[in-house]
Amino acid sequence: MENLLEIDNLTFSRSGRIIYDDISLRIVKGKTTAIMGPSGIGKTTMLRLMGGQLKPDSGDIRFRGESIQSMKRNRLFTVRRQMSMLFQSGALFTDMTVFDNIAFPLREHTKLSESVIKTLVLLKLQAVGLRGAAQLMPAELSGGMARRAALARAIALDPELIMYDEPFAGQDPISMGVLVKLIKALNDALQLTSVVVTHDVTEVLTIADYIYILAEKKVIGSGTPEQIKQSDSPLVQQFLKGQADGPVPFHYPSDDIEHTFLGAK
Amino acid sequence: MQWLASIGRNTIDTVGAFGRAFLMLLGAVIAKPQLIKNTPLTIKQIYVVGVQSLLIIVVSGLFIGMVMALQGYTILVGYGAEGSLGPMVALSLLRELGPVVTALLFAGRAGSALTAEIGLMKATEQLSSLEMMAVDPLRRIVAPRLWAGIISMPMLAIIFSAVGILGGHVVGVDWLGVDAGSYWSIMQSSVDWNEDVVNGIIKTFVFAFVITWIAIFKGYDAIPTSEGISKATTETVVFSSLAVLGLDFILTALMFGIE
Amino acid sequence: MSSRKVEIMVGLFVVLTLAAGLLLALKAVNQGMSNGAETYTLYAKFDNIGGLKARSAVKVGGVIVGRVDSISLDPDGYTPVVALKISQEYNKFPETSSVSILTSGLLGEQYVGFQPGFSIDGIADLGEGDYISDTKSALVLEDLIGQFLFSKND
Repeated sequence: MENLLEIDNLTFSRSGRIIYDDISLRIVKGKTTAIMGPSGIGKTTMLRLMGGQLKPDSGDIRFRGESIQSMKRNRLFTVRRQMSMLFQSGALFTDMTVFDNIAFPLREHTKLSESVIKTLVLLKLQAVGLRGAAQLMPAELSGGMARRAALARAIALDPELIMYDEPFAGQDPISMGVLVKLIKALNDALQLTSVVVTHDVTEVLTIADYIYILAEKKVIGSGTPEQIKQSDSPLVQQFLKGQADGPVPFHYPSDDIEHTFLGAK
Repeated sequence: MQWLASIGRNTIDTVGAFGRAFLMLLGAVIAKPQLIKNTPLTIKQIYVVGVQSLLIIVVSGLFIGMVMALQGYTILVGYGAEGSLGPMVALSLLRELGPVVTALLFAGRAGSALTAEIGLMKATEQLSSLEMMAVDPLRRIVAPRLWAGIISMPMLAIIFSAVGILGGHVVGVDWLGVDAGSYWSIMQSSVDWNEDVVNGIIKTFVFAFVITWIAIFKGYDAIPTSEGISKATTETVVFSSLAVLGLDFILTALMFGIE
Repeated sequence: MSSRKVEIMVGLFVVLTLAAGLLLALKAVNQGMSNGAETYTLYAKFDNIGGLKARSAVKVGGVIVGRVDSISLDPDGYTPVVALKISQEYNKFPETSSVSILTSGLLGEQYVGFQPGFSIDGIADLGEGDYISDTKSALVLEDLIGQFLFSKND
């Protein structure tokens, strides 16, 4: 199996706080890899590191064996045409119609004629079921529709790697089902490599080929969905079952409560 | 010691902000020009920052010209010099009020809108998403807005001054009865193209550049939360107004102060 | 907002700016002199220039023919030298012309009154860089009052 993206011994810190400490990940070509973990551990940051928007303190991130953080800006921009990211908010351009949003990457990066672009855009919209909404403005779409439109834009240039940032967060069960189906279908039909960052356990277990669970700056568990379910790590089990307290503490790190309220001894 | 540390921290933050602002400018301006792609974007931004500011500029210019004529008349008539109303209105508009008032209105109307727009683009991840699509937001978002601001504001200032002079004419000539011939002819004999009009336009270019730069940078550098954007928008108006007034003094001293 | 409409509005904006600029250029600004038109420079020495300033008008019988370009002090005699930029249109003033510093009204602006002299054979025209020898200085109000009081005391 070929690795599309390899992360070795990654350490990253922001404003003095360590987010990742010596993490290694493999993203296998043609598969869906899920990165899970409690909120606030910087899962989005991981995607930004993969996309080269942030640079790690140490360690190496390689896309097809080429180190991303040592790329020149031009090279990075060329490489990025083969990746795309679905942002949590969709990040559609609010001053354009849905059609223009999806045509945007095509118009920026290709010299296709308007009629070809029109065909391509309508095909992509058809794939996400929004062909009828082509002339709407993003503000007129519901949250789930906006995310589907953003997905159509993300696949406009037929990328190799697509990164989903919390695709299921804040969706009603129907939109969630639609998105799960779409991600799966796209992966199978286009032979895409997908990275899904999420904390929605059940959805991920159905679509992921391989799962990494991050917590406390480390990878605490990894494997296929089956292996993960059978994991004997208490941390992993706490996460899968959604227990309030456990190895991932309920309390944000602080002084002993007695110490705070009763003063120093 | 606390305050000393905070002075130090603020100084470092300020210097850092200057550095980031300068890098942003370099990234936007020094970028390989993409005239064919960027011209329609710039035109659209000229519409947003220029055309949409037109109404407030015309109305303000008209009223300021009218008020100046009224005030000037009551003073000048005491010396029997109401014939000098024309040059008084024209010179104050061309040299001072046109550039400065236009700049202040522009900062409030267009500058704040630019900051809020770019700040919200940042908050809704549109800027990140451009970057991930391998499109440089400095070229795509920042550069057209910068050029549009620099082009639009001098145009607005010219319109402001012209409308103000007409407003002065309405009050001075049509209402207060100053002779129309002397309004224009004495104006003509005291207003100089290079010294007054061109210097005024140079001022507006400087103001336009500074306001647009501050506005865009504040949006681009804003903390992407609703609080951060509202703070950035306020700071745009405050900083660019102060910068305009300070620069106005310096430019006036350089242009007119030294014989 | 379609891009066509945006273009039309921006076009109107440009037209409006041009119209405003034209209004300023044609109605509010003095034409001819100092903005590119042909001029030539004459010099005149005065004992006292009073309140004359650079850009004060030079008039012949009330008609503006030029402007004061600069005022400096002659390093030899410490007398003020006034450079006058005269429009090339009026380039036939004879050497016998005289200039005086006059005031428009009692408290008005000071300007240079130019008196063209008689022109007969053998008298050349004033040209670029010539000095006008016949000059009358500004009347200084304080001096006049002083003289008046002095003569009263007699």
